[in-house]
Amino acid sequence: MQTSSPFKRIIDWLDQRMPLTQTFEYHMSRYYAPKNFNFWYFFGVFSFVVLALQLVTGIWLTMSYSPYGETAFASVEYIMRDVEFGWLIRYLHSTGASFFFIVVYLHMFRALLYGSYQKPRELVWLVGMGIFVVLIAEGFCGYLLPWGNLSYWAAQVIISLFGAIPLVGNDLAEWVRGDYVISDITRNRLFALHVIVLPLVLIGLVFLHMVALHHVGSNNPDGVDIKKHKDKEGVPLDGVPFHPYYTVHDIMGIAAFLFVFCAVVFFAPEMGGYFLELPNFEIANPLKTPEHIAPVWYYAPFYAMLRAATYPFLGLDAKFWGFVVMFGGVLMPAALPWLDRSKVRSIRYKGVYTKAMLAIFVVSFVMLSWLGTVPPSELRTLMAQFFTLMYFAFFMLMPWYSRIDQTRPVPERVRV
Amino acid sequence: MRGKPIFVVRRTEEMLARLSEIEGELADPESRVEQQPAYAQNAFRAREDRPDIIVLIGLCTHLGCSPKYYGKIQPESFDANWQGGFFCPCHGSRFDLSGRVYRLVPAPTNLEVPPYFFESNEVLVVGLDSEVA
Repeated sequence: MQTSSPFKRIIDWLDQRMPLTQTFEYHMSRYYAPKNFNFWYFFGVFSFVVLALQLVTGIWLTMSYSPYGETAFASVEYIMRDVEFGWLIRYLHSTGASFFFIVVYLHMFRALLYGSYQKPRELVWLVGMGIFVVLIAEGFCGYLLPWGNLSYWAAQVIISLFGAIPLVGNDLAEWVRGDYVISDITRNRLFALHVIVLPLVLIGLVFLHMVALHHVGSNNPDGVDIKKHKDKEGVPLDGVPFHPYYTVHDIMGIAAFLFVFCAVVFFAPEMGGYFLELPNFEIANPLKTPEHIAPVWYYAPFYAMLRAATYPFLGLDAKFWGFVVMFGGVLMPAALPWLDRSKVRSIRYKGVYTKAMLAIFVVSFVMLSWLGTVPPSELRTLMAQFFTLMYFAFFMLMPWYSRIDQTRPVPERVRV
Repeated sequence: MRGKPIFVVRRTEEMLARLSEIEGELADPESRVEQQPAYAQNAFRAREDRPDIIVLIGLCTHLGCSPKYYGKIQPESFDANWQGGFFCPCHGSRFDLSGRVYRLVPAPTNLEVPPYFFESNEVLVVGLDSEVA
């Protein structure tokens, strides 16, 4: 009998006790991804990279951060000045937060372009929406930790939002805060959420996202089902094994991504006050609200929606409707798999109505992002109201325009 | 007061006289919504023996930012006809010198007046209605 190599023997030993090779083949070397992936398909991988980066830098930040009392603000300064490479760890983490949202927004937009949320990928999309919501909460909790003045007042405004819920609102806000105003108690509990609870939930959801995706298979820019045409061994003719084809392909993409990312970390970590905001270089002051309160850019579109609600309606005040519109704006995309009645998936074969509505959606989202970061005026409030309506129109009218839209015939196999 | 900021403003005769002139622009000029102890439910939102002293919880009733004091009667960037009061920088809510909210701003109610009493001419106690509480 021929003796096998020590490596092979270890693998055999493991394979007899757990499905190691089987799992690797299922998810990597025999996972057949469509061969026509384009630029847009990098952003899922990039979110993985940023998630790993946030976890690692987060562990090192936790080693030097102090959640206790007034030392919280001082400990961030300590990290910046005295900890070896502390500035790098912190800038990687703070820039990572912004880039997380950049890549996730582009990843979600890819799904909009190519109808990736459509049957049979509804669950992939819903789990993805769950990841998005947890990510919003994770960013919000993390933002309070440096205990700057904008950290303080941003938390005060957002937690006060719960007070807009009729009857139970004020008690609920007090329960979330653990105090009558934002205090050490609030910061300590958000610290626990930020470093333990939400990362665990996030990793769990990312795992489910992958499991569900690999069960149904990846969509592609043509939106055609590659499993319809298989060879004798059951391998899709238009698919290539994820490993080594896409692993190698993605390494190139990751290298390009890191160039851009590191340029920001080293040369513009504050990004002109968009990634790290100026009032946050001052310690939290419960008596002094900053002149201009603006959320970090990635929350701005939803903050603009909140401010757009200025009329009382159905006997409930404007504050309550602001709460509804803001959370509605975040959650609305979850309904997409059931709103889209189109016969085709990809934008390539959809008609002019869908293309026009998608353009309106993109413009609205960008305009709301801008409006959320600037001080309000009468004109800007009107603009925010208009673009909020357009944002919701994209979703609410979809069952109608996606059905009557003149679609083009979809090819049998992917175009390369 | 549970860690909340407290505003105490002593208003001049002229300031008090102006309060009645702007009532048409206010959402709740008579303080019908219970945002004050019964003894402060009047035009000055203060105890009758000391109408010049107003005590307020310094948190906007919209989303809890701390409004800024603009006491002077002069044109301001947010109101050309400003009669003195408080302006919230977060979402632009305006309040008069009695903490009464203007119409058509995001804040739904007047600023809250906490319980308070004068222990002596010099000592103001905030948080209690009287000695025996």
